[in-house]
Amino acid sequence: MDKPVNNRAWFLVLPVLLLVAFSAVLPLMTVVNYAVQDTFGNNQFFWAGLEWFQDVIDSDRIRAALGRQILFSAIILAIEIPLGIFIALNMPKKGAWASFCLVLMALPLLIPWNVVGTIWQVFGRVDIGLLGHTLAKLGIDYNYVNDALDAWVTIIVMDVWHWTSLVALLCYAGLQSIPDAYYQAAKIDQASRWKVFRYIELPKMQGVLLIAVLLRFMDSFMIYTEPFVVTGGGPGNATTFLSIDLVKMAVGQFDLGPAAAFSLIYFLVILLISFVFYTVMTKEQETL
Amino acid sequence: MTKITLENLAHSYLPNPTKDSDYALKPMTMTWQDGGAYALLGSSGCGKSTLLNIISGLLVPSQGRILFGDRDVTSLPTADRNIAQVFQFPVVYDTMSVRDNLAFPLRNRGMTETEVAQRVAQVAEMIGMADTLDRRARGLTADAKQKISLGRGMVRQDVNAILFDEPLTVIDPHMKWELRTQLKDLHRQFGHTMIYVTHDQTEALTFADQVVVMYDGRVVQAGTPQALFDAPEHTFVGYFIGSPGMNVIDARIEGATAHVAGGQVRLAHGYDAHPGKVQLGIRPEFLRIAAGDEGLPFTIRRIEDVGHHRILRGRVGDTEVNVIVPEGQPIPEGANRVIPDPAHTHVYVDDWRVAPRASERAA
Repeated sequence: MDKPVNNRAWFLVLPVLLLVAFSAVLPLMTVVNYAVQDTFGNNQFFWAGLEWFQDVIDSDRIRAALGRQILFSAIILAIEIPLGIFIALNMPKKGAWASFCLVLMALPLLIPWNVVGTIWQVFGRVDIGLLGHTLAKLGIDYNYVNDALDAWVTIIVMDVWHWTSLVALLCYAGLQSIPDAYYQAAKIDQASRWKVFRYIELPKMQGVLLIAVLLRFMDSFMIYTEPFVVTGGGPGNATTFLSIDLVKMAVGQFDLGPAAAFSLIYFLVILLISFVFYTVMTKEQETL
Repeated sequence: MTKITLENLAHSYLPNPTKDSDYALKPMTMTWQDGGAYALLGSSGCGKSTLLNIISGLLVPSQGRILFGDRDVTSLPTADRNIAQVFQFPVVYDTMSVRDNLAFPLRNRGMTETEVAQRVAQVAEMIGMADTLDRRARGLTADAKQKISLGRGMVRQDVNAILFDEPLTVIDPHMKWELRTQLKDLHRQFGHTMIYVTHDQTEALTFADQVVVMYDGRVVQAGTPQALFDAPEHTFVGYFIGSPGMNVIDARIEGATAHVAGGQVRLAHGYDAHPGKVQLGIRPEFLRIAAGDEGLPFTIRRIEDVGHHRILRGRVGDTEVNVIVPEGQPIPEGANRVIPDPAHTHVYVDDWRVAPRASERAA
């Protein structure tokens, strides 16, 4: 079939192209620009090659932050994905309670990040916070300001509280799409509860689980606001994750070159790990 | 394998049924003999599937009891009833191979792998999938998936009964015939009690020794295909079994004479007067086309030649009536009457067949 060719039609895309260039491409290019140049001030730049990238890769400080970041994301995924599935399996399938649960589950998702941070920052304070004070009264030595482990626990619990709903809601949607006949057939076949989960529910949830894992990975890997509000990256550097470190470097120390190289590497790491998750999970879908 | 008894069983999907029409299944008492091949026949929404799901335990009846043999299983969950059921639309475990799908019910019962392998091989042969056993079930055609579902239904040999809920709807016609034959063979071989739900009378009549016809939540008649053909207890049975179905014509009956649309018909027996809607039921096979003054006035509207016989479509009064004319028998010139065979003419009052007057029957 001959399609009419009219190259002037490209002009219609031009406004969008300009808009995207203005809002995304140019700022990104600025970052690339900074990443390969150095300056001694006065807005005079000279070529630095891959020097900044080398610096970032060699930096112990950034390596440590990356380690913390990977550990954090791993813990978050290990808790939120199974917990979300578990909650979804136990939510009522229909009726007034189903709607009630849906609203309840959606609530944490509606709260802005910095508000969530502030809530937990106050909640965990030993002097006035409900949680911190109660724990102290119970004789448990809890202090997220001084103790690295306590700070980690606080931030992880906060993230689980904030985001498990998302996983649960996605899984719930996946579960709702399973026809009744599957459960009936499983009863007829005398399948155990575990087998129903393994052979009916889990396969039907795979699509949404992929989305859930990707979203939770990317968000937790880029987490900034909540730990910044709660611990400010402390105590010491205990909760200084990559994004906090990056902001310190770019805005605090004004090291634009290394910070730009850092953000590009950061971006590539997220892209790479997301790609690995995607490949592994979709491959599993084919062979299972 | 066991006898299944339904005692005063009824079901409503409403929490507090009051009227008769609130019930999807009206109170019934019936027995399914051990080893019987039953067809449950009826139009959509008559309660067939409801009845089946109650027997398998997927539904708990609003009232009444279900007995397997002498054991009350009314409150027993499906898994403990050891019953097989095949649904209208295919259900396969996507992530398993065909082999694992077929083996699934056996493994759940804790059979050894040797027994499983042996049984799976037999069933695979039966459903014609022996050479695709190692394929993943995902991505197979609906046809193949339904065959797997059927196979899973037949794979256990110790089940109390096998229930089929219109299992061949998605299967193509050729395979349909073959699978039906396989089911019949399976029944002959193992003597499972089988209940086969369908709305296709050919399917019902070829599969079953006993046909149970349901209408509006009630079992209106249960019997051999021949009995259902010869003496339908309800006009629905007459209409549903046979092709075309039984003619039902409004009539007024005085003793052994029926007055229909200005004509008169002699009946084989005398009948008492009944209040209610009185109708004659005559199968198209038992109407003879004629010319003259005898019988019922008939106007032919269309003649269909279906090969081994012809079907005359026409009217008696305002009622549509079909007549079957056997091959080779001519349609008389100026045909304007049909004459019913008295021996095969039934009288219905409010859709239920009535027996002749008692004194007549004694005679």
